[in-house]
Amino acid sequence: MARSGPGGRESAAVRYGKPLVFVLCLLPLALLAWRITAGRLGANPVEAVLHFTGAWGLRLLLVTLAVTPLRRLTGRGWLLRFRRMLGLFAFFYVVLHVAVYLVLDRGLAWEEIVTDLSKRPYIMVGFAAFVLLVPLAVTSTRGWVRRLGRRWQLLHRSVYLIAVLGVLHFLWLVKADLREPLIYAAVLAVLLAARVPWPRLGRAG
Amino acid sequence: MPILKPPAIPPSEITPPAVWARRRELLKAALALAGTGAGLTLGRPLLAASPAGAGALEPIPNVRSSPQSTDEPPTSRDDILGYNNFYEFGTEKEDPAANAHTLRPRPWTVVVDGACEAPGQIGIEEVLTGFTQEERIYRLRCVEAWAMVVPWVGFPLGDLLKRFKPTSQARYVAFETLLDPKQMQGQRRAVLEWPYREGLRIDEAMHPLTILATGLYGQVLPNQNGAPLRLVVPWKYGFKSIKSIVRISFTATQPVNTWNQMQPDEYGFYANVNPGVDHPRWSQARHRMIGDGLFASKRKTLMFNGYADQVASLYAGMDLRQSF
Repeated sequence: MARSGPGGRESAAVRYGKPLVFVLCLLPLALLAWRITAGRLGANPVEAVLHFTGAWGLRLLLVTLAVTPLRRLTGRGWLLRFRRMLGLFAFFYVVLHVAVYLVLDRGLAWEEIVTDLSKRPYIMVGFAAFVLLVPLAVTSTRGWVRRLGRRWQLLHRSVYLIAVLGVLHFLWLVKADLREPLIYAAVLAVLLAARVPWPRLGRAG
Repeated sequence: MPILKPPAIPPSEITPPAVWARRRELLKAALALAGTGAGLTLGRPLLAASPAGAGALEPIPNVRSSPQSTDEPPTSRDDILGYNNFYEFGTEKEDPAANAHTLRPRPWTVVVDGACEAPGQIGIEEVLTGFTQEERIYRLRCVEAWAMVVPWVGFPLGDLLKRFKPTSQARYVAFETLLDPKQMQGQRRAVLEWPYREGLRIDEAMHPLTILATGLYGQVLPNQNGAPLRLVVPWKYGFKSIKSIVRISFTATQPVNTWNQMQPDEYGFYANVNPGVDHPRWSQARHRMIGDGLFASKRKTLMFNGYADQVASLYAGMDLRQSF
């Protein structure tokens, strides 16, 4: 991977930054573990755990999508080196979310789960987002990046679709108050718009 | 024989009663302060377990027990007061407990009008003293597929309706919640079309299971549970049981109900609990009982929430898939 800027400073940012980001990404899990053991999940604990893990999966997905625009904005190339870790943590919380749904919420009642997957649009898009994340997580290693070459980037562009599906999943499950999912939608819209190659004045098409 | 003397307690050790009564609030405030840095939990309070305003309220005297009560164990008072759908105070379950302190349930007057011979109004004190208050321990099934068992205090709605002498034109009863964005901060946003409205067919309204609740757990209603007067119709989804009622009207035609007006394909007028008719977005076959915990499985939902023996005859010959 090409490095930009003076090597010393940059490698220090990555060297100290990586463990810091790792710990930060585990904080929601620690908070959740504390709430479970301390009985601080409220009246409906299954719903609380389900919403908590889902929200953090979506948030970290958006944080991952913010890396590239942020790098362009600041010119700090080393930011890119946090992207894989952030993406894998997003996947981690999404896996927890799906596991909580299957085991705690639906109690592995497969008939009910199949009905959900075939009849309920918000579960269909949510599950599609999860399934599409699996190949991205699998091919996130250095070896797979090398092996896939140009096709790696093509494959990983599906993260845009995944993020849209994730926001739709949230939007479609809300009963009346769309405020919170719309905040996520707005953030995603900004992050996607930042990637559009807007024609610049003074530069030919 | 030596008499054991109780150890002297210095006055400084005794908490003033006013502080003691507010202990939950104070604890919550202290913890909320400590937790502001880490409170990134979907915009919900980090400490949702002990609801605000859970202190003792005014007890209702001479409450009679009722054969209509279920013998299932009631849900904890903390859960009943801390997990509410009452959009007038916010759309999260914890919002009503946090925001309903601005409601002033006294004095309170309910207007009764429409197709009746003696329209008028009735104050909450008169409601509390003029009707025999009973404890009715009912199952409550929310349309969102969770349930509680609530020890309501109240009296049959029919007893109150009869005082106003409905005419033969009165085929339905319409209800309205208070409209006052100053007291109900949730009404400052048009999440629903305010005021909240509900309605029943007259035979449903006169059914002995249908009550107006004035309290729960032996005390007057907490604000977040619909103080000072709310409807409870135990065989229908919770949203039918309208809270903080200010108006009851007898009508000839089917009245508007808020959720039906908002999403007619998702919420019907009847809203009878029915495990065979799914909500378009989720199954109604099973529900989660509040208090069962993280690892419990859901319970089977019963037709009419288990009150079929008493109410099924009201709907004889009706297609409950059509009239959901």
